[in-house]
Amino acid sequence: MANSETPRPAWRNDAYAKVTGKAKYADDIKVLNCLHAVPVYSDYVSARIISIETADAQKQPGVVRVLTHKDVPGNLQYGQIIRDYAIFAHDKIRTSGDVIAVIVAESRQQAMDAIPFVKLVAQELPAVLDAEEALMEGAPLVHESHGSNLANYHCVRTGDVEAGEREAEVILEQEFTTSRIEHAYLEPESALCVLRQDGVMEVCGSMQHPFSTRRFVASTLGKSLADVEVKTVPMGGGFGGKDDTAAIVCARTALAAQLTGRPVRMTYTREWSMRESYKRHPYKISYRMGLKKDGKITFVKVRIVADGGAYCSVTPWVTWRSTVQCCGPYIVPHVHCDVYGVYTNNIYCGAMRGFGSPQVNFAIEQLIEMAAEKLGMDEIELRRRNMVRQGSVTITGQKLDDHTVSLEQVLDTVLKESGYTEKKQRCSHGKPGDEEWYGIGLALSYRGMSLGAEGTDFNSAIINIQPDGSILLETGVHENGQGSESAMILLCAEHLGVSKDRIRYRQPSTSNIPDGGTTVASRGTIMGGGAVVNAARQLKEHMARILAPDLQCSPEDIIFEDETLCKKDKTRILSFSEAISLMYARQEYPYSFGVFQAPRVSWDEHTGQGKAYFTWVYGCQAVELKVNPHTGKITLLNMYAAHDVGKAVNPALLKGQFYGGMAMGAGYGMLEKCDVSDGRVVPTNLHQYKILRATDLPEMTAIIVENPDPASPSGAKGIGEPTNELMAPAIANAVFHATGIRCPDQPVKVSNNGK
Amino acid sequence: MMTLINGKRLEINSDETDLNLLDFLRERLDLTGAKNGCGIGVCGACTILVEDEPKRACLMKVQDIIGQKVLTIEGMASPDGSLHPLQQAFVDAGAIQCGFCTPGMVLTAHALLLKNPQPTRGQIREALKGNLCRCTGYQQIVDAVITASKHYI
Repeated sequence: MANSETPRPAWRNDAYAKVTGKAKYADDIKVLNCLHAVPVYSDYVSARIISIETADAQKQPGVVRVLTHKDVPGNLQYGQIIRDYAIFAHDKIRTSGDVIAVIVAESRQQAMDAIPFVKLVAQELPAVLDAEEALMEGAPLVHESHGSNLANYHCVRTGDVEAGEREAEVILEQEFTTSRIEHAYLEPESALCVLRQDGVMEVCGSMQHPFSTRRFVASTLGKSLADVEVKTVPMGGGFGGKDDTAAIVCARTALAAQLTGRPVRMTYTREWSMRESYKRHPYKISYRMGLKKDGKITFVKVRIVADGGAYCSVTPWVTWRSTVQCCGPYIVPHVHCDVYGVYTNNIYCGAMRGFGSPQVNFAIEQLIEMAAEKLGMDEIELRRRNMVRQGSVTITGQKLDDHTVSLEQVLDTVLKESGYTEKKQRCSHGKPGDEEWYGIGLALSYRGMSLGAEGTDFNSAIINIQPDGSILLETGVHENGQGSESAMILLCAEHLGVSKDRIRYRQPSTSNIPDGGTTVASRGTIMGGGAVVNAARQLKEHMARILAPDLQCSPEDIIFEDETLCKKDKTRILSFSEAISLMYARQEYPYSFGVFQAPRVSWDEHTGQGKAYFTWVYGCQAVELKVNPHTGKITLLNMYAAHDVGKAVNPALLKGQFYGGMAMGAGYGMLEKCDVSDGRVVPTNLHQYKILRATDLPEMTAIIVENPDPASPSGAKGIGEPTNELMAPAIANAVFHATGIRCPDQPVKVSNNGK
Repeated sequence: MMTLINGKRLEINSDETDLNLLDFLRERLDLTGAKNGCGIGVCGACTILVEDEPKRACLMKVQDIIGQKVLTIEGMASPDGSLHPLQQAFVDAGAIQCGFCTPGMVLTAHALLLKNPQPTRGQIREALKGNLCRCTGYQQIVDAVITASKHYI
């Protein structure tokens, strides 16, 4: 049911530290005797390296060491899927963000002053800067050893598109493009590495994936995973962008610490971050869609080409989600989908909040409205005729029958809250003579939860209750700023029946808890929360078994609530603290290790069929805006979102995810574009790469819809990404209703389309 | 040469006047609440108040604060650690996510409320437009400033 609960104060465990400036981010931590490292780039986009000369740099004041590929004791090449990323460039320069050396000096300024003294001798090679050209015969190969520029390919083959073509009474063809965008986390990359006396390399960094970082560091140093400990510190934003690059910065810093025997810090400038860090993939998407006159979609044929840039990173996984979700939340009997992830010499692309869905949603949610227009049908009605409902089968053959399929519910919620139907009548449609054009638009999506068939998907939690009744909690989930630690604490408190004030979230370390995977894919609450709930269950069972004689009842009759353990009929009560004392007195640890394993999923790479995700989330967002007919300027007036989150754990922070996701999606829709010219990232800093400011954004309405998910132990699903995959197509649709101009290229620009 | 930082007098040495103010605050004084997000005065993460005016520490030299009263985020809470009502409002409104922009946001909002204790939401947005936030969409930050404003009247 839709939930409009009365606001209660937000709570997060790190709020005090963050609002007082006491929170220590990676670059805020001071260590004695610390050296400073900086990266050195080349002037090339594509070149054969002949030599890298560091002798002059080595002689500069304060310089302690200059590192190049020759200094790497472990694997020079690393990567999450394909090991194509050279931690230091050695044979070729493949993109302008490649690092040829790292200078380590007594001060940061000294290190920076030495940068011009590193000399690269290289022979320029032809670069390939367009993904389609990269796929052509004879194109220069970015990685010769890979054999082609095709990093990965996915497909969906459902039904028989030829039959769908024959059934169709109306056919649309449309090409869409989306641009490369930058995560623009406020904190640039930073790492601090200390070689401990026990030989363990200790790493703190602005990175969102401690376990992934550990793999990069261990691989580079040639150490075992047990000999690298990555500790979590507050991180100034990630949005999927603090994985590979952030981990590589940690790996280079750790190498410097290993080789100098001193602590080393490397903090990136915004310019280095913009140049080197991966972006969201630009897509070229070509659709052919057929419908019956009654609005039923008969087939979809789609070809997607993603420019992955010089390195693979997670391109196969990003493009896989695009593959599974290529038809939006609609039932399509015949689908033929081909998706190509391609190497070029551009800046590489990887994970970003949304992970392959913002691109296809931008396209399909416009295409569905273009189809409605062609059929002379209401765009909402056309969606209703095709949308997935309870028991529907997705384009990959997955039956949606094991959770509440709430797509129509979220749609109806947004229609009502926004007054869409009435406001739609007032849209300007580019009426000549008007001084201002008004439009409202919306978009719908479903989204597979967590990793799906991308990879192994499990997480763990440790609840360790101390003799005084205070509780240490830890999970394999990372605090990215979204409030995951707070959500874990609240779930733990709820399921143990105790106050959250008892619970301290232990500073996570990769040496304390098993690898829970990365905190991506909106999987923190569902996976980490699931592990917390399971740990709490086990702990309660253990305590009930030990303490049943004290409560003079069977273990099953003991209830944990309001800081007590009590017999069902309340005739016997133990305070929680008493219960813990009794546990210790009986030589029983009130400790548990809980695991949540994602239910089974499946995928056939040859047919693109399978149960891609174990559950799905449903969302709808709408926007009202106005367009200046003379300048094309778009002004946002109101934004609305309804998402089925399963269960709201921490409503105020949950709404924060809605607002932040809508805002970032709006930036994608109308503003953001990270241009690359001749292979070089054009914007160097935030004055050129603009994100939306407080004055650019309107008031927003966030509506939480709750249908607890049976597959999630807590009932909760994920929300980080669903909120960020809809506003761009909603804006494109609203702009169309305002102006009568379709904008198949993201970001939407009215003046560029002409009329 | 003296300055007043968070109510405490500080002697500035002659070899310090030419230092970048943000580096000086962060490295010499360990006032790391001011952050370096861009280094060119665009993001607002390094905001401090000089004589109650929001300033970009990353664009200033130490000499710019000689004889001036400076407030950094570390000076907002009471000496006993209890939060300023504006800070409390940020906490209660859910206005904090990654927290990197938070010190600058709080100080910029504080400067606004000192001048205009009854701002509209539009005026708040106008005042905060030089402070970038990538997490929150600003909605709950504006909520927080509205809530806190009654403490400034």
